[in-house]
Amino acid sequence: MPLTTSIGEATLDGLAYVGDLARLTGGVARAVFIDPFRGRKFSLSRAVHQAMAVGVEALPIVSLISFFVGTILALQGAYQLRKLGAMQLIADAVAVVMTRELGPLMTAIMVIGRSGSAFAAEIGTMKVNEEIDALETMALEPVHFLVVPKFLAMILMMPCLTTWADFMGVLGGGFFGVTNAGFTWGSYLQATLNALVLRDIVTGLIKSVMFGVVITAVGCQEGFQTGLGSEEVGRSTTSAVVKSIFLVIVVDLIFTALFYFTAPR
Amino acid sequence: MPGALTSSAEVFDVPTGPAIVVKDLRVNYGDREILHGISFEAPAGDTLVILGGSGSGKSTLLRTLVGLEQPTHGEIWIGDRNFAAMNETERDEFRKKMGMSFQGGALFGSMTVGENVALPLREHTRLDDSTIQIIVRLKLDQVGLSGFENYMPAQLSGGMKKRAAIARALAMDPEMLFFDEPSAGLDPIIAAGIDELILKLKKTFHMTIVVVTHELASAFLIADRMILIDKGNIVAAGTPDQLRSSSQPRVRQFLDRVPEPEITDEIDYLQMLTGETPPGKR
Repeated sequence: MPLTTSIGEATLDGLAYVGDLARLTGGVARAVFIDPFRGRKFSLSRAVHQAMAVGVEALPIVSLISFFVGTILALQGAYQLRKLGAMQLIADAVAVVMTRELGPLMTAIMVIGRSGSAFAAEIGTMKVNEEIDALETMALEPVHFLVVPKFLAMILMMPCLTTWADFMGVLGGGFFGVTNAGFTWGSYLQATLNALVLRDIVTGLIKSVMFGVVITAVGCQEGFQTGLGSEEVGRSTTSAVVKSIFLVIVVDLIFTALFYFTAPR
Repeated sequence: MPGALTSSAEVFDVPTGPAIVVKDLRVNYGDREILHGISFEAPAGDTLVILGGSGSGKSTLLRTLVGLEQPTHGEIWIGDRNFAAMNETERDEFRKKMGMSFQGGALFGSMTVGENVALPLREHTRLDDSTIQIIVRLKLDQVGLSGFENYMPAQLSGGMKKRAAIARALAMDPEMLFFDEPSAGLDPIIAAGIDELILKLKKTFHMTIVVVTHELASAFLIADRMILIDKGNIVAAGTPDQLRSSSQPRVRQFLDRVPEPEITDEIDYLQMLTGETPPGKR
């Protein structure tokens, strides 16, 4: 097959996939904003249950990894800054990189591993066991029943987890700053507060919400696309993780560029 | 076994389920037509058995009847409404009158048996929790599963899963029940129990019941009417006696369990191996 044909086909497949994700997200938006006025409610308790699984249960691992990432950032920053004799800027470097980039991104990667894959596996298994068909025959719309609670939970929990990850990252940086760069905990936190502007935190949180949308849409879409047979569930779970990571990075690039070019100079 | 069923039948006057009339139904998977213009009738309150071999299109027909597949052509009249022409909202409303029991049960693995049965009630009614619990116990009792409401589906045997699935299908007091291979994968005693349950449900609730199966003994036991499907077409329709006495070759082959003839001609065999004549066409 000629290279141009392969590239063309891959592009069309990619666009069709993004179209599927958009259709699913549109279905969720309709279920949340329009259908309640037509008497079709969605279950808030199911969303709360999902939020516990997606958010609260992820806290220990998000805390630990963010703390380590903060420490690593401080170490890498110090490697360069000590040449300039500017070790006092470590707090600034950690704070800005953590809130603008690594807080949202590392949280998203962890949530993909914990929840995005679980969404694909759950819906995929239900598809294989005819449970999705069973929902439809009971007049329960699968998007209402399965996808809406996951979207609501993710949109709510991703900014919360990211805020917490930002904080733990700063603490991780502070650990190095206090033990190796002559800071006290008080002076390190004060330097962090001085370095940050609200825009740093807000842009990070906006990205985290977008990541949440992407992870949920991909996880659920892969679940619904699962073919027949249990090995297909494994395939869709793997595919959900790979595609989510790729799309999260793409969305990250788009939004970071957008924030860069719209930033006040 | 659900001994309570016979007594409740005497107390309540239960309305009869609607008649199902299918006209020239065609269903495609992609470009391939699976059902080639199927027409049949299931009288109100009767049990219709759809017989057919593997790949005959019988499961596709059942899936189309409950709205899981969209026909490319044809009508499905249930009572005085054409189910095939309904929009999504109307169809969802109509589905509350249908119960479907899937081949593997299709119970939700993350919920207990009781929660499975309660689900349609919680989603579609405003009944309070204690009333729902009473209905759940009643439905489980009707299928002989009293006391199993707190079990997870994974803890149940194959036959119990099917019974629990039937209890869930009964939760909304449907007028029609659809069964996909109710006795597949069950030992003869458990399978006979499911047959007996279907007969009792029909007798008690006068529901219109559609059963897809390839188990002949079970089919002749429960059917009021039967249709035999082969390669997407109806090859025979009638009462069990009419089918039993049919002299049509395809019906006889199916009922007498005669395997497909082997290819004896060497040219035909070579053509089959080289793919010039697909096996199905010979």
